[in-house]
Amino acid sequence: MIRRIAVLGLIGAVALACNKRESEGDKSGGEAAKGSGKSTPAPEGATPSAGAAAIRIGVLTDLSGLYSDLAGEGSVEAAKMAVEEVGGKIGGRPIEVVSADHRNKPDVGSAVARRWLENEGVDVIVDVPTSSVALAVNEIVRNQNKVFIASGPAAADLTGKACSPNTVHWTYDTWALANGTGREVVRSGGKTWFFITADYAFGQALERDVTAVVVENGGKVLGSVRHPLNNTDFSSFLMQAQASKADVIGMANAGGDTVNAIKQASEFGLGKGGQKLAGLLVFLSDVHALGLDVAGGLMLTSSFYWDRDDATRAWSKKFGERREGRMPTMVQAGVYAGVRHYLKAVAEVGDEKDGAKVVAAMKRIPTDDPLFGKGTIDPNGRKRHPMYLYQVKTPAESKGPWDYYKLVREIPADQAFQDPAKSGCPLVTGPSGK
Amino acid sequence: MSGAILSQLLLGLINGSFYALLSLGLALIFGLMKIVNFAHGVLYALGAFAAWLLLDKAGLGYGWALVLAPLAVGGLSAVIEITLIRRLRHLDPLYGLLLTFGLAILIQELLRMKYGNSGQPYPVPGFLRGADDLGFMFLPRYRAWVITVSVVVCTAVWLIIEKTRLGSTVRAAAENPRLLEAFGVAVPRLMTATYAFGGALAAFAGVLAAPIYRVSPLMGSDLIIVVFAVVAVGGMGSIGGSILTGFALGIAEGFTKVFYPQASTTVIFVIMALVLLVRPRGLFGRAA
Repeated sequence: MIRRIAVLGLIGAVALACNKRESEGDKSGGEAAKGSGKSTPAPEGATPSAGAAAIRIGVLTDLSGLYSDLAGEGSVEAAKMAVEEVGGKIGGRPIEVVSADHRNKPDVGSAVARRWLENEGVDVIVDVPTSSVALAVNEIVRNQNKVFIASGPAAADLTGKACSPNTVHWTYDTWALANGTGREVVRSGGKTWFFITADYAFGQALERDVTAVVVENGGKVLGSVRHPLNNTDFSSFLMQAQASKADVIGMANAGGDTVNAIKQASEFGLGKGGQKLAGLLVFLSDVHALGLDVAGGLMLTSSFYWDRDDATRAWSKKFGERREGRMPTMVQAGVYAGVRHYLKAVAEVGDEKDGAKVVAAMKRIPTDDPLFGKGTIDPNGRKRHPMYLYQVKTPAESKGPWDYYKLVREIPADQAFQDPAKSGCPLVTGPSGK
Repeated sequence: MSGAILSQLLLGLINGSFYALLSLGLALIFGLMKIVNFAHGVLYALGAFAAWLLLDKAGLGYGWALVLAPLAVGGLSAVIEITLIRRLRHLDPLYGLLLTFGLAILIQELLRMKYGNSGQPYPVPGFLRGADDLGFMFLPRYRAWVITVSVVVCTAVWLIIEKTRLGSTVRAAAENPRLLEAFGVAVPRLMTATYAFGGALAAFAGVLAAPIYRVSPLMGSDLIIVVFAVVAVGGMGSIGGSILTGFALGIAEGFTKVFYPQASTTVIFVIMALVLLVRPRGLFGRAA
């Protein structure tokens, strides 16, 4: 009897291990299937079989895990806002938004992407935080000749060796982060580095790009430790970082991982021993979760902050009203702006079925939106706009809810992202290139 | 190097404290009620949320939370036991597992809908702020406090179960509830109390965890899987076994983080598989 229950319990525990997100994922997947009716602003957006006429936007994101606050339902809402702005239709054809949870797993994300593109008439996939999932989706979209607008993922490989004529990488990437926060920290005296890195495509890409900047500026990397994605306890990694005696401890992770790591670093007094903490990717939602007591003083690089100017404030206010007052992150802003620009290109091309053609039009038409201003898209698919180096305000400096950042300086668009000729993208250097 | 190992030992003990507190409650509930309580993780998260709500909405600090949050979650657990779990007593244990699994997902999703996943900040209480230099490491006072408190609480619960009359009644109810009922002990009430106590222990661990980790709906499901492994290694239903195993596996995990960090989330399950191969009823489990 006891043995039987023990075995049952173990099976259950394993089920829970895989399942605590899967159960939610299935649910969201189901929602996505029936979401067409609910989320369609145009009343005639009837059934998926009427998809021949409808333009379908699939928001593939983390709806339940550690990245769900920086992307998640906020990204779905942002896409809907972009669709509503054009009246929910282009040339009489309705635009539908569907969504699904990829649970930060490449296999799950690939399965949804395939189902969407092959069977459910989805024309464009947007967002996809978690670089490992995004790289998988990138290939599927290329093979199906649809469109991928990446806002959530960071790996610069999406416009480097994995670049695709069907992909636009909108919001930010690891190269930009390295040249924002990374360069600034080296410049202000942080010569030796130790990394605490999330052990998957994104963390490794970020560590690689920051290492390049550190070395180029005469600094040195003393070591790194790789932790599993979605880690709770960082104390032992922090100990190793502390023991390395490096000037700077670089957090090459994101979302919930960064929040836990920074929170615990402050508990262990890491900042006080002369060592400096560098959050290499910090989102507004992370700062919110950390609180200004802990996060105050952190430097971070972002392409968007809600309180930057009148246009961003106006849009963010609208967004907040739909999201219980939560202000948008740069990923969510990127989803909105990316979808908006995509719809512009579709309106011009008149045919959303040929993905490469739509992306070519997106690159041809200059971008212009209230959140990122005027910009361009490089031949490798890299969206180019200024990046901003911010410092998190201390509790005394903050004047109200969500008043978190002060501007250190603007990194102009031409310096914010990598020169496409050096990206290693075959679209730029030609297939015979290095 | 010995300094590094000592510090990892200490860090492992801190994680072990949470494992021990949670697996203790699980083992108690399982021993008496034969229910694999999947809602345990979410009760832990509720404890942390209760602490945060007390601070945020009522201005009541950490000390209050340590008392009030377990009381509130214990009360809720009693309600769950009386209205739901009790009805399944005569069915296959699988039903209890399914019920608590469903409850866990339900409560977790409700929290997530209301508060999102990133979590809420909870400050380290003023009198436990700061850290002491132990020579080989920098030990935050709060972490020292966590170890001390959980060792005290675990020992106290173990003593109550093993040495007092109340404890022997509980153990008797686990052995043979019918006979005990014949002696005039209200076993159903005892079960309600046990479930409530297990829930309160989980909430207590949640309050302890709030200043260290994010107060997030997922904090329970992140931990509960490890805790189940602890209970399986220690032997289902063994109180002392689950406490010792909790601390021991925390240390094993700590060491893995030094030598091969990528495997730190897996090592406990490897140990579990090995133990179950060699000793299927767990290290401290008695034969059925």
